[in-house]
Amino acid sequence: MADLIEAATRTLPLSGFHGGSAAAVLSVATPATRISLRAKPDAVSALSGALGLSLPMKAKTSASLNGRHALWLGPDEWLVIDENEADLMAAVAVSNVLHSATDISHRNTAILVEGRGAEVAVNGGCPQDLSLAVFPVGACSRTVLAKAEIVLLRTAEDAFRVECWRSFAPYVSGLLAEAAEDAGN
Amino acid sequence: MLLIYCPYCEEERSELEFRQAGDAHIARPTNMTEMTDEEFEAFFFLRDNVKGLTFERWRHLNGCGRFFNAARDTVSDKFLTTYKAGLPKPDLSTLRPATEAIVETYEATESDAK
Ligand SMILES: [Zn+2]
Repeated sequence: MADLIEAATRTLPLSGFHGGSAAAVLSVATPATRISLRAKPDAVSALSGALGLSLPMKAKTSASLNGRHALWLGPDEWLVIDENEADLMAAVAVSNVLHSATDISHRNTAILVEGRGAEVAVNGGCPQDLSLAVFPVGACSRTVLAKAEIVLLRTAEDAFRVECWRSFAPYVSGLLAEAAEDAGN
Repeated sequence: MLLIYCPYCEEERSELEFRQAGDAHIARPTNMTEMTDEEFEAFFFLRDNVKGLTFERWRHLNGCGRFFNAARDTVSDKFLTTYKAGLPKPDLSTLRPATEAIVETYEATESDAK
């Protein structure tokens, strides 16, 4: 059995995927750990301490530190992502306050959209105003990309991280590829 | 595209992120086991389906995920206001525009029913 576990290789959605256009380059993000975190306001400071970054309390904002990101999704809901694959479940477990954490590391995958046409490419399917004044660097939101739900994080003026459920990954990546082509024109 | 103001996100978002979720301010009975079938039917199934001002629940499904309430005109589709779940019906007299904009409905402009 141990041999089997050692021999099993993880199959990543969109493994090796890259594409887009000169204006908007698409690539698949490296595997990350993720939790869906729910908590009341009185638990936020303890959870922030346990995670080592302040859970944002304002709509559409995020906090990032050393590859760990906490994204405000709702008044009591956050998506926490760790690009270094740290054990987030263990991190929040020691907070000693009432909360709900669900490991969704493998539920999501992320596509990175980068380049001067990144905003146009994402807007190819997302109805939000992504101008820098309204959606600045660090802004995040659960929203839609055409028919798929996504969580969008602006990582730089010309870069977005698009989180989607893994079963939607072919659809989301295909749509972004089309939009990236259009963004170059 | 309609823009709907979410009272939790505190900004207008595209209607594509929202779902309508039925009538608002329906008092859930506390004595359901003692109700007659007719009373239960009235609470559970019967809705007014008014033409004009209506109070509805909406959910920012592909956003913050929250349910909230809205006062909406079913003729013009115009949202008069939205407010957080649990709050009482707002005083609409303070919200109504001084002069009602004329809405060109099919009945008024095209059909025999004008
Ligand atoms: Zn919202």
